[in-house]
Amino acid sequence: MARYFTDEHEWIDVEGDTATVGITDYAQGQLGDIVFVELPDAGTAIDKAKDAAVVESVKAASDVYAPISGEVIETNSSLEADPALVNTSPEQDGWFFKMTIGDSSQLEGLMDEAAYKSFCDGL
Amino acid sequence: MRYLPLTDSDRSAMLDVIGAPDIDALFLDVPEEARISGPIEGLPMHASEMAVEKHMRRLSKKNLAAADAAFFLGAGAYKHHIPASVDHIIQRGEFLTAYTPYQPEIAQGTLQMLFEFQTQVARLYGCAVANASMYDGSTACWEAVAMASRIARGKKRKVVLSGALHPHYAEVVRTMAKFTDDEIAGAPPSLTAKPDDEGLIARIDEDTSCVVVQYPDILGRLPDIAKIAEAAHERGALLIAVNTEPVALGAVKSPGELGADIVVGEGQSIGVGLQFGGPYLGLFAVRDEKHVRMMPGRLCGETVDAEGKRGFVLTLSTREQHIRREKATSNICTNSGLCALAFNVHMTLLGEKGLRRLAMENHRLACLAADRLAKVPGVKVLNDAFFNEFTLLLDGDARAIVRKLTKQNILAGVSLGRLFPGNDGLTNGLLVAVTETTTEEDVETLAAALEEVLA
Amino acid sequence: MSAPNASGWKPGTPVEGHNAMSGPDTATGNRALMLEEPLLFEIGHIETTGVDFDFAGKLDLAGVEQPQPPSPAPSSRLGGFERTEPIGLPGLSEPETVRHYTRLSRQNYAIDLGLFPLGSCTMKHNPRLNEKIARMPGFADVHPLQPVDTVRGALEVINELAFWLIHLTGMHGVAMSPKAGAHGELCGILCIRAALEARGDAREVILVPESAHGTNPATAAFAGYKVEDIPATPEGRVDLEALKARLGPDVAGVMITNPNTCGLFERDMKAISDAVHEAGGFVYCDGANFNAIVGKVRPGDLGVDAMHINLHKTFSTPHGGGGPGSGPVVLSEALSPFGPLPYTARTGDGVVHLVEEEDAESFAKEHFGGPLQHFGRMTAFHGQMGMFTRALSYILSHGADGLKQVAEDAVLNANYVLRSLDGVLDAPFGPSGPCMHEALFSDKGFADGLSTLDLAKALIDEGYHPMTMYFPLVVHGAMLVEPTETESKAALDQFIVALRSVAERAKAGDESLRTAPHYAPRRRLDETLAARRPMLAWNDPDLA
Repeated sequence: MARYFTDEHEWIDVEGDTATVGITDYAQGQLGDIVFVELPDAGTAIDKAKDAAVVESVKAASDVYAPISGEVIETNSSLEADPALVNTSPEQDGWFFKMTIGDSSQLEGLMDEAAYKSFCDGL
Repeated sequence: MRYLPLTDSDRSAMLDVIGAPDIDALFLDVPEEARISGPIEGLPMHASEMAVEKHMRRLSKKNLAAADAAFFLGAGAYKHHIPASVDHIIQRGEFLTAYTPYQPEIAQGTLQMLFEFQTQVARLYGCAVANASMYDGSTACWEAVAMASRIARGKKRKVVLSGALHPHYAEVVRTMAKFTDDEIAGAPPSLTAKPDDEGLIARIDEDTSCVVVQYPDILGRLPDIAKIAEAAHERGALLIAVNTEPVALGAVKSPGELGADIVVGEGQSIGVGLQFGGPYLGLFAVRDEKHVRMMPGRLCGETVDAEGKRGFVLTLSTREQHIRREKATSNICTNSGLCALAFNVHMTLLGEKGLRRLAMENHRLACLAADRLAKVPGVKVLNDAFFNEFTLLLDGDARAIVRKLTKQNILAGVSLGRLFPGNDGLTNGLLVAVTETTTEEDVETLAAALEEVLA
Repeated sequence: MSAPNASGWKPGTPVEGHNAMSGPDTATGNRALMLEEPLLFEIGHIETTGVDFDFAGKLDLAGVEQPQPPSPAPSSRLGGFERTEPIGLPGLSEPETVRHYTRLSRQNYAIDLGLFPLGSCTMKHNPRLNEKIARMPGFADVHPLQPVDTVRGALEVINELAFWLIHLTGMHGVAMSPKAGAHGELCGILCIRAALEARGDAREVILVPESAHGTNPATAAFAGYKVEDIPATPEGRVDLEALKARLGPDVAGVMITNPNTCGLFERDMKAISDAVHEAGGFVYCDGANFNAIVGKVRPGDLGVDAMHINLHKTFSTPHGGGGPGSGPVVLSEALSPFGPLPYTARTGDGVVHLVEEEDAESFAKEHFGGPLQHFGRMTAFHGQMGMFTRALSYILSHGADGLKQVAEDAVLNANYVLRSLDGVLDAPFGPSGPCMHEALFSDKGFADGLSTLDLAKALIDEGYHPMTMYFPLVVHGAMLVEPTETESKAALDQFIVALRSVAERAKAGDESLRTAPHYAPRRRLDETLAARRPMLAWNDPDLA
């Protein structure tokens, strides 16, 4: 399994033909308490860098972009009842959705953990 | 000038602090060629309170106040008695001169009031959640259509309007739909004793996002909401019920109870007054909580403060323009707060018992008036059923008759010719509203005048 | 993801602080004049009513039971839809009602209580003459569908106010029916769209500065347009060159707030208008801040095509805890024919006419020499009459000379606050010159962990409503202070003392700010809880 990061603060785990997407610990820290996550329906085709989900705190709503293109397979239904998972476990239990990998070459431009960490340090 | 506290010596002392030679130095960014040095020409100078009052009173006297006439107008705005304490409370400075409750620690008065208001509206409409109000019934109606379109995610674009929807409301929907690519299917109303529910149902198809039906309708009739809701739901459409006379819901089942998904309407009857059409009070509610995040407008919710005390805040604001900007559920910012307070206070004074009595009294008087007017030769009552408003069919042009009767201080009702211009089949229709303010003398006056004019 | 939380606004998380209102707990929870008030649903009863009905039966009909509320059963013509279930609406007697709402009212801050420096909202004194006049029976007790011969005075009020608005703005026409500022924005944008469509010119984009009110992009999107940002210069104004570069055949128009939300006048307004017009677009001006320039400059002279006027801001109609507003839209000659129905117009004989759907065409042909191309109707009836009477009373009171003084005093007061806080609060655009009617500050220089929110809440303890926070979005931790012209110098001086004190505490890292307010009817409220588990209506515990 490999984990990649985008400069828009999404992470993506790749395992075989599927990928899991969420937002990073840094992002949830900036947003503060998450109150709602709007997820795409399973079966939705999403395009790299286009809106895929919305994450809301009390005073802000941020679009979450698709790190790569593909089709949504499954969404994290526990976020419906407990959006705070994004705060408490952003990079594990607070995952957003699983998707197919439309074009694995799109992974190439993404950062690894070390690169993302230094990217955040520079912000 | 009585509203401006600064004196000339204040002004010069303040300019000194600022370091500006004169006031125009503060307007330097306004291009000089556009800057106006003296008062704008051709406009009067300031006036005393007495002079303004005199001028406005003169204009006011050119209008015939409802209380000075035998009055039978309705069609979306109703004359009801408003208890004196309502106006007293809405004039308290803490309500009148407060802003939107963005700082909840010092706005609990407005917030608790809104929470009570939302609950009252939700219960009256038979819904789970109501918002903190919209501008008026007509704009609430359009917002409901836009919301249904959002719920359909743009996959269904057809909006089916009942022909017996208030024509101004229908016109607002048509106007807005021109710019949003929704397709509006409407039909002129037909002068039948019962609303044409079957005809409406026949127009619903798989591409329909919502059906809009008024209850009671513009002719005062009562459509079968439950039947229409079932048909709409079968085809995956939402039912939007519009109510322009909230007092009716003290007598008849609520639209939510009958299966409407979004219930909107005009709240003016409770506490607000006629005011020549505004400001009024848009009511907006959803039957199922799952639709809350698609709603337009402000929502007040319960929470606790740092000491664990109950308190209220504006919530779910990420739907709104000040946060979501171009992705907001609506561009609405201001609601109709003070009118919501008037509604809230009046409804509290009424309570369930008072509202039901008020509704019964309206209906009882309307029944009596309908029976009396039906005895006038040349007058027929159209409706099988009605609440406090019904349609008369006259042997003559209703609009001309209405105009004629104003000369006798009778405001006889709203002619269908005025409401539906250009529709020749409706010219003999007269919409008559009767409320608790209508007296026996008023009805007799109208009956006698109609008898004379139709003879 | 998109920039997470550009404004930096996070809700306050309640922090347990010491109870600064020290003293023994009371049995009632009240603290002398600070009175707790339960919900109506906790104190009312469905059998209680504060309204008496006269069932003496002036209309005598056999078969109707009296004097009890007559049962609908025998005579009902409700079509079988009679309500059978209780509604759940508790009532209160009149004394209980008056007390309930009087107690609630005391938990509100209001202009009548003190300075209310909410930037962009213009909380000025609401003259009571306006209230008196709006309640005259000839205005308050008139039905919108009365025959026009019985409402000529009402139409004259609309027309007289329209006359003032047109002259004060130097525009050609005005649409009076929009119900509030955002509704007016929509009206203006729909006029633009209708004008473009009339010449067969479909355009897709409206340009909006990032500093704009949220209503601007929301309005443009609601009207079917794509919204794109206009970049700003470092000194907080529209970047004219960048705007020019973006203009083209796809741009329907721009929405510019002037004075803008940073409290600055857009110096290049005329050049912006000229460039937009040259590219075939229209200029919408958000007139929310018109109060700063009324009588000093006319937007029509700067090339504006449409501008809404918030009557509650510039012309003192009450804010009412969030409305009702009123948002007439003044229009240029190019846009005037496209304004919505209904409208009023005075003809040569001095009579004011109400023009609605049925006679719009013929009236326009007869009196304006051409067909109207109105885009439709925005609302039932004629707009916010109750606000027109108030605004007109205010305008007549001030007159042309007083209105000019309004703008001057509003700008003077704002600059006095701005300069009095030099060296105390960071003013991002302060060094570049005077502001207009509002002064913009930022949280720069606050101790770590203290934010604009903390300062705002501390101002509550000082007896003030906080300024607008975290707006405009282009400034981190923004604080927008608008004193308005109805504050005295003494009131400003006291406010400056308070603001200076809380600013210095914020810079010094005074931790007690984090738990402010300490003396308000409520401590910080848990907004996260409210949003995570929305409770939007009262649920009787015994029904649960």
